[in-house]
Amino acid sequence: MALAYVDTARRALDSDLFYSFRRSPATVAAAVVVLVYFFAAGLAPWIAPHNTYDVAILDLSNAFLPPAWTASGKAQFLLGTDDQGRDVLSTIMLGARVSLMVGFAAVLFAAVLGVTLGLVSGYVGGVVDAAIMRVADVMLSFPAILIALLIDGVARGVLPRDLHTRVSVYVLIFSIGLSTWVQYARTVRATTMVEKSKEYVQAARVIGLHPALIMLRHVLPNVLGPVLVIATIGLAIAVLTEATLSFLGVGVPPTQPSLGTLIRIGNNFLFSGEWWMTIVPGAALVVLVLSVNLLGDWLRDALNPKLR
Amino acid sequence: MAAYILRRLMQAVIVMLAVGFIAFGMFNFVGDPVTNFIGQDATPEDHERMRAALGLDQPFYVQYARFAANAAQGEFGTSYRLGMKVSAVLAERLPATLELVFAAAAISILVGVPLGVYTGIHRYGLLSRAFLTFSLVGISLPTFLIGILLILVFSVILGWLPSFGRGQVVPVGWWSTGYLTQSGLRSLILPAITLGLFQTTLIMRLVRAEMLEVLRTDYIKFARARGLTERAINFGHALKNTMVPVITIMGLQIGGLIAFAIITETVFQWPGMGLLFLQAIQYADVPVMSCYLILVAMMFVLINLAVDLLYYAVDPRLRADRGAVRGRQV
Amino acid sequence: MSAMDHPTVILPRETRPRANQPLLQVENLVVEFPTRRGVLRAIDDVSFHIDPGEVLGVVGESGAGKSLTGASIIGLLEPPGRIAGGRIFLDGSRIDDLPPEKLRRIRGKQIGAIFQDPLTSLNPLYSVGRQLVETITTHLDMNQAEARRRAIDLLAEVGIPAPERRIDHYPHQFSGGMRQRVVIALALCANPRLIIADEPTTALDVSIQAQIIALLKRLCRDHGTAVMLITHDMGVIAETADRVAVMYAGRIAEVGPVRQVIKHALHPYTVGLMGSIPSVGVDRARLAQIDGAMPRLNAIPEGCAFNPRCPKVFDRCRVERPDLIPQGPTAVSCWLYDRKEARRG
Repeated sequence: MALAYVDTARRALDSDLFYSFRRSPATVAAAVVVLVYFFAAGLAPWIAPHNTYDVAILDLSNAFLPPAWTASGKAQFLLGTDDQGRDVLSTIMLGARVSLMVGFAAVLFAAVLGVTLGLVSGYVGGVVDAAIMRVADVMLSFPAILIALLIDGVARGVLPRDLHTRVSVYVLIFSIGLSTWVQYARTVRATTMVEKSKEYVQAARVIGLHPALIMLRHVLPNVLGPVLVIATIGLAIAVLTEATLSFLGVGVPPTQPSLGTLIRIGNNFLFSGEWWMTIVPGAALVVLVLSVNLLGDWLRDALNPKLR
Repeated sequence: MAAYILRRLMQAVIVMLAVGFIAFGMFNFVGDPVTNFIGQDATPEDHERMRAALGLDQPFYVQYARFAANAAQGEFGTSYRLGMKVSAVLAERLPATLELVFAAAAISILVGVPLGVYTGIHRYGLLSRAFLTFSLVGISLPTFLIGILLILVFSVILGWLPSFGRGQVVPVGWWSTGYLTQSGLRSLILPAITLGLFQTTLIMRLVRAEMLEVLRTDYIKFARARGLTERAINFGHALKNTMVPVITIMGLQIGGLIAFAIITETVFQWPGMGLLFLQAIQYADVPVMSCYLILVAMMFVLINLAVDLLYYAVDPRLRADRGAVRGRQV
Repeated sequence: MSAMDHPTVILPRETRPRANQPLLQVENLVVEFPTRRGVLRAIDDVSFHIDPGEVLGVVGESGAGKSLTGASIIGLLEPPGRIAGGRIFLDGSRIDDLPPEKLRRIRGKQIGAIFQDPLTSLNPLYSVGRQLVETITTHLDMNQAEARRRAIDLLAEVGIPAPERRIDHYPHQFSGGMRQRVVIALALCANPRLIIADEPTTALDVSIQAQIIALLKRLCRDHGTAVMLITHDMGVIAETADRVAVMYAGRIAEVGPVRQVIKHALHPYTVGLMGSIPSVGVDRARLAQIDGAMPRLNAIPEGCAFNPRCPKVFDRCRVERPDLIPQGPTAVSCWLYDRKEARRG
């Protein structure tokens, strides 16, 4: 048993994927950065230096403190404080947590929706396929940000204000997910159509198996790579979209600020010289998205040797 | 030719009908704009009077018929928030947005396409790698942050360029342009770069990917085997084939610019439609939202139509009189 | 004519002025692909020549290195593949080490090429006329009108009906066979002395294959063009070629006049290959087949590359690699024909 595991591990370390990973220092660095973010964001409620959600401990006399390395900074607030005396480092850790949770949930929603629709579209074909693909075309011609804004606008109109505040995170996940499923659907549909014409599908029918079942077993492994690539780049896009919507003030509620919300708040103080309130969360956002994009790029190149 | 255009036109009409239906759905079913308009403290009488004034007390089908008839005439009723005609408000804001989008599109195409071609041809060059790294940072920078950074550097620190507004505009007929005044052009620089940067990197990466794809094809190999010069191969053969898929995506990207203008306009307080739309969302100002939606959809449809025509000009396979050709094949 | 008659002249470039010299001379060609698991040798010490006007068939299984040999000659190896050794001479002057621009001037002008798939060899966005004219004006001193006239003549010569009209058509308006004729016309644009035809008929319908081969044969006879005909189809070789080189695992197994090789194959691999051709009138119980498969490039055995599959293998084949050994008009790389072995046997 143990030997088998060692063997598997050795083969994994020897694989082309891992090789291309090791050979690219930028990718390794990106992976480390992403892991640090996951760790810091995941454990933020326990490891953040201050609990910025707790209004009781806020001290307005600590407001607008610049980062610790500047002359008037304080050591306990490494990256400075915001207008309410909240520790910027802590708000970033908690904000990244919100951003990543929304991002992951949106990607999961989009992937499940897209893969399902793609399978159905490719397998059933005919009118169903035409209908799904037409909707996909229209969706694709409207930028994600516009779709997300509209859905949020509608939700704002339909839901009572306090309810909207409570569910706005879900509205956000729904609207980002709904605006990004098309790519998954297209990829899966193409693969499904290729597999459908293969002989084993006909053979399955002959021996009385439901072809859809047998196809699923063949299609899913085939689309795993492309879907993973789309999902990785999708995570970067989802985090960006969330940040943008929050920056525009139609994202997560201000009581649980995401990175975009923090930048929005900081932007109000850009002209009065408190640059760190904008630049620090902005840098945090860009480093995260850049790292995820680097991983996505590497994954795409590694899984598609033709493009190398 | 005629059949091709007709088919495209039909598709455009279908898209417009679908969008129109969504817009009407929003118009009719979303929220209670009266509350947004006059506030929570208004008396029930005020409320009723306002409903009647806005035409919201009528039955569904009357509102629908009126919506369709009015929309066809460019009439979208009165903004709940501003108390002005929606069409007038949007018409006033349209030039600002279009001038911004045009400037950004020009930047992204004029910079993005050459960079993409360069990095595609000189695949392993040092400069190519530098451009690619820069482009990855570009697509990782959210538009609003680009705007903020540009304002911080060029307005706050250096004080070279204005950080908000459109500068001085001059009327040309019903259009108001900022292209003709110095302050208008100066005001345009930062927002146009902000809006165009993301698309520039996207177009560059796309052109590069397509270029690499095309350079691998058999006809390029055969062109090499025929002894054509690198120049003829890269710019005569590869570039033209690259442009076929790139044109489509560029059409979509210009649509994207219109959407991303919302963000840029917010950052720079640019008095365009996007800023208006965002305020409409925050106040659930449905007439403005639905009118904006239809207007934007119409622009997308027009862009797509233009793209199709361009396609037609580039690709002879579409131009072919298919029936005649099939008969002639041996 | 012996070397004694001509004192060696040292020329600035490596040239070998000789009468009756071969048009193309490939000497000890080695092509390598560096990979992360070491360097793969795709072509290992291959030598052959082609005389003016001669058709040399190159035959072998896919992966034997036929196409790579052709690509090496015209300097179009895909990176990371590279020529790691050997020399290539055209008309006695060395071409494998020429700078890219000089090599480009040879391509199309002196050496034409025809590729496997006519459907993908032509740029879909340009009319065939434009593609012909640009090739002609690149290599010949002609203006647009002259080039167009020549293009029409070429189309007529390759058997395209109504060339004056067809010249302005786009590739998608031609059928597969017609497109391959256009490709041949493109290869002939500058009247090259050698055409490298890489599987020119594989992608075509069987009924059209014969037409294209006949056309190629006729054109090359008329123009005195030599052809390196790369194919896996012994039938095409038998019909077209003057001599044939049999390749196996990046090496030449046997090379000689077509009749000789077909009738009296020497190398056990060639014998197996000939056994797999069905022939009319010969009553055989079943077609012979060679057991096993050609080794992968990273697993080429020691000694003779064919030894694991060879029915006549003996100890020496497993340790020592045979060179081409002349046997009358043929040359064969097999220890069976080594004099020492013959004496021993």
